[in-house]
Amino acid sequence: MMNWISIGSISDIPRRGARCVATPQGKIAVFRTADDQVFAIDDHCPHKGGPLSQGIVHGAAVTCPLHNWVISLETGKALGADEGAVRTIPVRIEGERLFIALEALASRAA
Amino acid sequence: MTPSDIEMAQSMKKQKIVIIGNGMAPGRMLEHLLEQAPDRYVVTIFNAEPRVNYDRIMLSPVLSGEKAFEEIIIHGDGWYIANGITLYKGHKIVAIDRSAKTVTSDHGVTEPYDKLVIATGSVPFIIPVPGHDLPGVLTYRDLDDVQAMLLAAQSRAKAVVIGGGLLGLEAAAGLNAQGMDVTVLHVMPTLMERQLDPAAGYLLQRAVEQRGIKVITKANTQAITGKGKVEQVELADGTVIPATLVVMAVGIRPNAALAKEAGIAVNRGIVVDAGMRSNDPDIYALGECAEVNGQVYGLVAPLYEMARVAASHLAGNETAAFVHMDTPTKLKVTGIELFSLGDFAEGEDRQEIVLRDAAAGVYKRLVLRDDRIIGTVLYGETADGAWFNDLKKKQTDISQMRDTLIFGQSYQGGASLDPMAAVAALPDDAEICGCNGVCKGKITGAITAKGLTSLDDVRAHTKASASCGSCTGLVEKLMVLTIGDKYNPAAVQPMCGCTTLGHDEVRRLIKAKSLKTIPAVMQELEWTTSCGCAKCRPALNYYLVCDWPDEYADDYQSRYINERVHANIQKDGTYSVVPRMWGGVTNAAELRAIADVVDKFEIPMVKVTGGQRIDMLGIRKEDLPAVWADLGQAGFVSGQAYAKGLRTVKTCVGSDWCRFGTQDSTGLGIRIEKFMWGSWTPAKVKMAVSGCPRNCAEATCKDVGVICVDSGYEIHFAGAAGLDIKGTEVLGLVKTEDEALEHIVALTQMYREQGRYLERIYKWAKRVGIAEIKRQIMDDGEKREAYFDRFVFSQKFAQVDPWSERVSGKDKHEFRPMASVGFAQAAE
Repeated sequence: MMNWISIGSISDIPRRGARCVATPQGKIAVFRTADDQVFAIDDHCPHKGGPLSQGIVHGAAVTCPLHNWVISLETGKALGADEGAVRTIPVRIEGERLFIALEALASRAA
Repeated sequence: MTPSDIEMAQSMKKQKIVIIGNGMAPGRMLEHLLEQAPDRYVVTIFNAEPRVNYDRIMLSPVLSGEKAFEEIIIHGDGWYIANGITLYKGHKIVAIDRSAKTVTSDHGVTEPYDKLVIATGSVPFIIPVPGHDLPGVLTYRDLDDVQAMLLAAQSRAKAVVIGGGLLGLEAAAGLNAQGMDVTVLHVMPTLMERQLDPAAGYLLQRAVEQRGIKVITKANTQAITGKGKVEQVELADGTVIPATLVVMAVGIRPNAALAKEAGIAVNRGIVVDAGMRSNDPDIYALGECAEVNGQVYGLVAPLYEMARVAASHLAGNETAAFVHMDTPTKLKVTGIELFSLGDFAEGEDRQEIVLRDAAAGVYKRLVLRDDRIIGTVLYGETADGAWFNDLKKKQTDISQMRDTLIFGQSYQGGASLDPMAAVAALPDDAEICGCNGVCKGKITGAITAKGLTSLDDVRAHTKASASCGSCTGLVEKLMVLTIGDKYNPAAVQPMCGCTTLGHDEVRRLIKAKSLKTIPAVMQELEWTTSCGCAKCRPALNYYLVCDWPDEYADDYQSRYINERVHANIQKDGTYSVVPRMWGGVTNAAELRAIADVVDKFEIPMVKVTGGQRIDMLGIRKEDLPAVWADLGQAGFVSGQAYAKGLRTVKTCVGSDWCRFGTQDSTGLGIRIEKFMWGSWTPAKVKMAVSGCPRNCAEATCKDVGVICVDSGYEIHFAGAAGLDIKGTEVLGLVKTEDEALEHIVALTQMYREQGRYLERIYKWAKRVGIAEIKRQIMDDGEKREAYFDRFVFSQKFAQVDPWSERVSGKDKHEFRPMASVGFAQAAE
């Protein structure tokens, strides 16, 4: 069963930017693109663990601030020549409200 | 095995070839040899110079600052590795043992050879006058000489160049461009008398003097004097010329001593036959050290021909033979056009055609015998040099066009003056590149056959325009003629994958089209992505901040994280914080405040930086605003240690405390830092001010540095001490602190307006040219003031402390998570 948890409003996140959601298993980065799509992925670059939420958001991708890996926000996979992936977390937008799926969190904790 | 089988087996085994010397001639020989017989030899090179093969004829542009050494390298280290060649750098061969067939270097390396190639070049001739061995007397031969001259030039003092020939004049022009007061001494009545007739020599002298170089002809150097180093040069007529640097450029002689010691036949040079073979059949010689048919050579074209011949012989083709040729001479001094070829002495059997245009400073002279050109001197306008050379080489009868011959090719046959038509009209075997002996047909053929579209491609495949570069214009015209629009002379590296435009083009269009937002730039310049990428967005944001300081709203989402949160991200995702300490000066109250912050926020590491301030490392992002608030209470502002902008101005204690200090270097450093903090630049800018030439603030490896001297402030720039190490260039000397500030600010603004994003000052300077920067900042007062004013205007919007802004709540979303979830569940 999907357990949707409210994390706030879309207006809390700047366009082409990100905010973090703190969880017991570490931070989740929630991104808002220029065209108001919202994605959530682990805030942890598959390369050296860089905080992806601090990167530059372009299209539906983010460039890690530490070593410039480019991560797809849709798939969590590294783009270009690099290989690696981060976990993606389902997001639902209801009006202004944002929800992420907690079951995904629990499964990781288990 | 039959005898022929044995022969085959022997030839299968690789022979060992050793080359002594790594100049342009052996380098070219190897290129030919690798092409013709790639598997025949194992190659070992001994180079007395500690470096790879570079284009020696381009040393003059390096001296004048128009080119960097890296730009004149012919074979980089990778080439030797790729071709399996062993290169001993800095090894001088001291002995050849012909019976054992070995050579031994001064470092004790002994290598056996099957074939030996001697390419030891030449040594500069030193006039044996008293004092010729004083420190400060240099020759002009290799990169070491150039570096020594550049070092000497930093003093801005007086230099004397002995020798008014090709090399001497190039050295004089280079030293003059570096700001030295130069006098040329020439023993003959006119300059370059071996290549120019007196009329052209006079025009040349006038042009040289117009650059501020003094010329004394009929000057007989009698002595160089000074106590422990050069102080003056004395002439036979009693004239005394003060100088701290003397460059002897009176000629070269073949460097054949090593061969002579080994018992090889040596006359003026190492005597070789037309196949470049010495009297020892396993030893070849080529380049400036070789003598063929009683002639020795110094220009590159015949040396390259020797290289071609030697390579053919070594590859097994023994029919190739060196034939004497006349080579045109060109002076590589920017702004002086000069071409000389063949024999131009007067004589009974000769006629001449002369054209003079005093206003334009043009002089042309053709020397004819039996209606054929035998000599040419062109001064001021040399475009027809290639054509005259072709007519001379082919012994063309010019009687039909005699009346218009001197006006050049485009006047013949009623053809238009279009320079393109002139190039089109050249026959296929007309020589385009004199250095490398490349004719028109070879170039156009290679362009068509190999589908070449860039100048670099043509250089790589044909060598045309790859040496001195003076035929580049002709080669480019040939490219246009051959492939038309497909040749794009300004092929540029695009900014990133989102556009085909380069940084410079984007910067130009931002101004030209008044583009004032990132979306406007992307729309108008047809970006191929919807919102750019992490490469172009920060660059565009900077360009817009720089060009429209009052109108553009900084786009924080297009800034790197460090500039967005005004701290430096560390590998674990924490941040470091560096407050400004103006000029590196602090006090007890500031230190106490820092100590309190460190205790309060349990900051794990405190470190003194190289820029004379204090770094607090390991701060959690959430704590940043509170840390800044406490630092702000003590009067600290952001040190912008994270910015592509002004970082630090490092100082020494200067005249306030130091017994050597000549000026208040601390005060000037603080003044510069207070004036310039907050400004964004293409890449970080680090500065320093030293109070005396002992340079304790290490100003000579900074982006911008000042060395205080008794007479004022010497402004330096374009140093580097990171990935690259590079001493600064001297911008100039100014008398007052106010002037120093004005010049530094103007220089920085010029860099801000022209630099490509992430391009440090030294790379920008290399690209646009030191001379051009000096011209705009030192010589053009109006330009300098305009730069200064634009910087001051932009500072109105830039000098806002980003830390106090954030303490007041700006961008507070940056420093807090938007939510915390799952903790209750986890606790269950």
